[in-house]
Amino acid sequence: MIELKNVHKSFGNNKVLRGVDLVVERGTSMVIIGGSGTGKSITIKSVLGLVTPEQGTITVDGQDVLQTERDTFLAKFGMLFQGAALFDSLPVWQNVAFRLLRGSLKKPKEEAREIAIEKLRRVGLTPDVADRLPAELSGGMQKRVGLARAIAADPEIIFFDEPTTGLDPIMAGVINDLIREIVVEMKATTMTITHDMTSVRAIADNVAMLHNGIIQWTGPAAEIDTAHDPYLQQFIHGKPDGPIEAVR
Amino acid sequence: MKWLAAIGRPVIGLLAAIGRVTLFAMQTVHALVRAPFYLREFGITLLNIGWLSLPVVGLTAVFTGGALALQIYAGGARFNAEAVVPQIVAIGMVRELGPVLVGLMIAARVTSSIAAEIATMKVTEQIDALVTLSTHPMQYLTVPRVLAATLVVPILVAVGDVIGIFGGYAVATGTLGFNSAAYIRNTVDFLELRDVVSSLAKGGVFGFVAATMGCYYGMNSGRGAQGVGRATKGSVEAAAVLILAANFVLTGVFFSI
Repeated sequence: MIELKNVHKSFGNNKVLRGVDLVVERGTSMVIIGGSGTGKSITIKSVLGLVTPEQGTITVDGQDVLQTERDTFLAKFGMLFQGAALFDSLPVWQNVAFRLLRGSLKKPKEEAREIAIEKLRRVGLTPDVADRLPAELSGGMQKRVGLARAIAADPEIIFFDEPTTGLDPIMAGVINDLIREIVVEMKATTMTITHDMTSVRAIADNVAMLHNGIIQWTGPAAEIDTAHDPYLQQFIHGKPDGPIEAVR
Repeated sequence: MKWLAAIGRPVIGLLAAIGRVTLFAMQTVHALVRAPFYLREFGITLLNIGWLSLPVVGLTAVFTGGALALQIYAGGARFNAEAVVPQIVAIGMVRELGPVLVGLMIAARVTSSIAAEIATMKVTEQIDALVTLSTHPMQYLTVPRVLAATLVVPILVAVGDVIGIFGGYAVATGTLGFNSAAYIRNTVDFLELRDVVSSLAKGGVFGFVAATMGCYYGMNSGRGAQGVGRATKGSVEAAAVLILAANFVLTGVFFSI
């Protein structure tokens, strides 16, 4: 279980998080929605320890994320970045097997390559992609490689940062389906950040809406259409008029 | 009081920047003796900095050595001292021009490349990805580059010294009428062990400075293409100035007595 209590984070005078409270139950898929610049990425980066909150606590399975041994703690996580964040200088299979080639999860090179190819196959890529460089792949293929890397070490918790941004609707649908299948298959706990309501409906068990540095609304994905929160309704229907200012 | 603030603000900013760079350099040195060590990254960087810099180092040195011979010959002719060309070319190349020019070439070629690469990695979240994959960016990116540069730049300096002296030799024997055997004998006899040691030591320091600046500016770059551009420009400027300042200090240490 991931639990954030009263998390605050500022950058200079810009108060991004103003007291975020959020619980993600083990084995469930939480999708965080909200406008650009509302602190969605900072929220998941705080959980990973990539940024340190000024106030509040974040625990994963009861352990404070700032008090854990980093290598062991991070070995629980997989993350798909918005732009895939593949390492340009490494071939695809070494990107996927990055964690399996070094550190506490290190495996022999041949075994790591086999696992990488199996994970590539799992995300719909053929083994001939394995020896290509990331720059030789399309955006959709790069996202799939990023997804394969996120699941390579069979993590307990997976974060997806804007998984469908920049993809055409069909490829976005493919990625959404893959994420849902993988999450169910691996019984992983997941947090996804997205603006894309199609993704929300495809991936989420629960939804949290972040606005103005706090969780404005949270509840089951099945209730987003019937919830009475005006912020949520304005956001999911993409209306310019409402409590959320169109110009931020 | 406004004039005081106008002076104080940049001074405080400069001191803070010096502090941050010093802290980064100390963290790098600490990380050098800490596991894990990424041998593959080290090997690739060694090849990039060492082998692939040879052409630019060689060309710079040969032209500089040749020009130096012409200048010394022309200048020496004013007081009948043309014969000192081999000695002055040797001492000029080995003590000063070899290490400084190689250092500046490395700043232009390697520092800029390291800063641009790491800054791009930062902008595209590859640095964050490294962290989430349980890999410390300092160990994976900075240590191999700084260690490789510190070890390989002295070798480049040695190569530059030899090629520079050869440039002077080629000009002196080819166009100025010097005897080949006498030129070589004068060069070898005149150089002292201290000259060579100072040259190599400067190379090591300049390599460390060049790679550390590239890594520092890359890791601290701003967002977007402009951030990458600023990091690259800043890294080369800082490396060049620090190399020249370090050269002055090291020359004082080796030759002031």
